[in-house]
Amino acid sequence: MKALLIAEYRQGKLLETTYELQAFAGLLGAESAMVLVGSPADLPKFAGKLYLADVARYGEYNPDLHKKLVLEAVAKENPDYIVFVHSSYGWDLAPRVAAALRIGQVSEVVGLPDGKFEVTCCNAKLRRTVAPKSARTVVTIQAGAFSTQGEPQGAPQVEGIDVADPAGKTEFVGYEAAEQKDVDLTRAEVIVSAGRGVGKKENVQVIAQLAKALGGELGASRPVVDAGWAPHSHQVGTTGQTVSPKLYVACGISGAIQHLAGMKKADFIVAINKDKDAPIGEIADVLIVADVLQFVPAMTARCAR
Amino acid sequence: MKILVCIKQVPDMESRFKLNSEGTWYDESDLAFRMNEYDEYAVEQAVQLKEQLGGEPEITVLSIGPDRVVEALKKALAMGADRAVHVKDDKYYQKDPWQVASVIAGHAAGQGYDLVFTGMQSQDRGSAQVGVTVAELLGFGCATTLVGFTYDAGVIMAKRELEGGSKGVIKLKLPAVVTCQLGLNTPRYPTLPNIMKAKKKEIVVQAVSELLKEAEVTGTGGMYPPAKRGGGIVIEGEVNDQLDKLMRILKEKTTVLRAA
Ligand SMILES: Cc1cc2nc3c(=O)[nH]c(=O)nc-3n(C[C@H](O)[C@H](O)[C@H](O)COP(=O)(O)OP(=O)(O)OC[C@H]3O[C@@H](n4cnc5c(N)ncnc54)[C@H](O)[C@@H]3O)c2cc1C
Ligand SMILES: Nc1ncnc2c1ncn2[C@@H]1O[C@H](COP(=O)(O)O)[C@@H](O)[C@H]1O
Repeated sequence: MKALLIAEYRQGKLLETTYELQAFAGLLGAESAMVLVGSPADLPKFAGKLYLADVARYGEYNPDLHKKLVLEAVAKENPDYIVFVHSSYGWDLAPRVAAALRIGQVSEVVGLPDGKFEVTCCNAKLRRTVAPKSARTVVTIQAGAFSTQGEPQGAPQVEGIDVADPAGKTEFVGYEAAEQKDVDLTRAEVIVSAGRGVGKKENVQVIAQLAKALGGELGASRPVVDAGWAPHSHQVGTTGQTVSPKLYVACGISGAIQHLAGMKKADFIVAINKDKDAPIGEIADVLIVADVLQFVPAMTARCAR
Repeated sequence: MKILVCIKQVPDMESRFKLNSEGTWYDESDLAFRMNEYDEYAVEQAVQLKEQLGGEPEITVLSIGPDRVVEALKKALAMGADRAVHVKDDKYYQKDPWQVASVIAGHAAGQGYDLVFTGMQSQDRGSAQVGVTVAELLGFGCATTLVGFTYDAGVIMAKRELEGGSKGVIKLKLPAVVTCQLGLNTPRYPTLPNIMKAKKKEIVVQAVSELLKEAEVTGTGGMYPPAKRGGGIVIEGEVNDQLDKLMRILKEKTTVLRAA
């Protein structure tokens, strides 16, 4: 069995998630080769064949071009699996490769129980397995789901890949940096976060008061930020900040993977949710099944005492 | 300009889920359904573009699914779409993303759409494939995960969301498919007069068998709730009792409470 791993390079850097692909291939028991549109000066540690297209020639991510380069490597390598990380790069590129080859794609795999591809659905409240039916299959893996064991090692045997016609339907204009942060949540010892379950903007104050009573900072889930109830600098998650406080209190937050990715390293997690089955319960040390608007003010009163 | 918006109807994610008798998908009875959150942003962006262009573009909304999806189509019509296509499919959950995309592309072929809006992912299946695959099947350019969209004279400036809050700006020409991310805009609530107006708008019904030409390339195995990881304590009951228990645990397990 052979897997072709699609590494990722962005803004002058090889991304660390590249090693998660290797961990996944290891679990799959597949022999692997890698593809990288990146720099010869920043190669992954990998003991195998690496198909390299130089970023100096091909520039930052251009979907049509990267698709052609991956297809080039697929033709040479003839893999059973073509594996991406389910990132802004992977979920954009993978379906293009699958469609070009008219093969199936399994998105955001989180595990391989009994060798089956396991994915989550319905906001992580359910899981299911997906069985490929095409001769070869595109797979994207959830970021963080497959962690590397020990330091990656080895030097790749590099083979160049090229495409004759670098034209594409989209044109890359530039990057926009993340907004400046007015609070540094990464230093807070206590974070009390508001989720959509708080109901309305005025209620975010109720959560902020508990944060204050505990000597901590206010955090927020994405919908709270998108709705303008809290500034983006307070957002916790993959597109916000990654935090590791001593205590994280999630108020009316369901526990979507993108939120968990930002706070699961907290030492102690308390969730307050009216839904006993909310996925946040899976990582919380304590799940309080209650209405936030009843529980949080009562807790604030106790802590302020 | 002709615009297509693809919308899926999904269960309210706060529901308590049970499995169907085959154990391959959730049981639909007792679930409340609503428009996929990501698709609300898609509808809103299409309507904003129509307004920008003085009402010229015609917006078609399409949904594949059983009869219940007509409710989501009606909401999109009340938000400002012009006409709706209901591709009737009671066994929608047995189709894989490749087939869903091919049905949409099958509908779009020959319709002369210039621009297709989809959500970046559906909340129930979440494959994040359908939009991109539709683009590939139609030979359109495609940008995913949009948190910014502007249009001028046949050219889209799209702001793609990347990890950690940074963004990638890209330019693409029509015809194109764009997939919408949370927070792209503020989806409007349909007003009563617009709900009334929407009642007069056309909803075309088409059987999925007329459009489906592709076999599945991935099959569904079993569906099941995640294994309970254990370790965590669940506290139910009356607020004051819950608080007594929580404060005791926090004092024991953490150092954050000031010595009282
Ligand atoms: C590419 C990408 C990046 C993303 N990045 C992020 C990110 O950085 N951060 C982030 O947070 N999300 C992110 N998301 C969104 C994420 O997928 C979820 O949509 C989001 O985290 C949900 O926020 P929530 O839990 O507040 O809301 P919901 O999922 O709507 O959950 C609300 C919860 O509140 C509970 N509730 C409701 N009322 C009450 C009440 N009165 N009392 C108690 N509980 C109540 C409900 O039971 C439910 O569990 C991203 C998504 C994508 C696709
Ligand atoms: N049954 C459907 N009917 C109409 N559009 C759909 C359907 N399923 C998926 N889509 C569209 O494709 C997007 C991505 O879905 P998915 O690939 O399932 O994550 C959704 O946000 C919708 O815009």
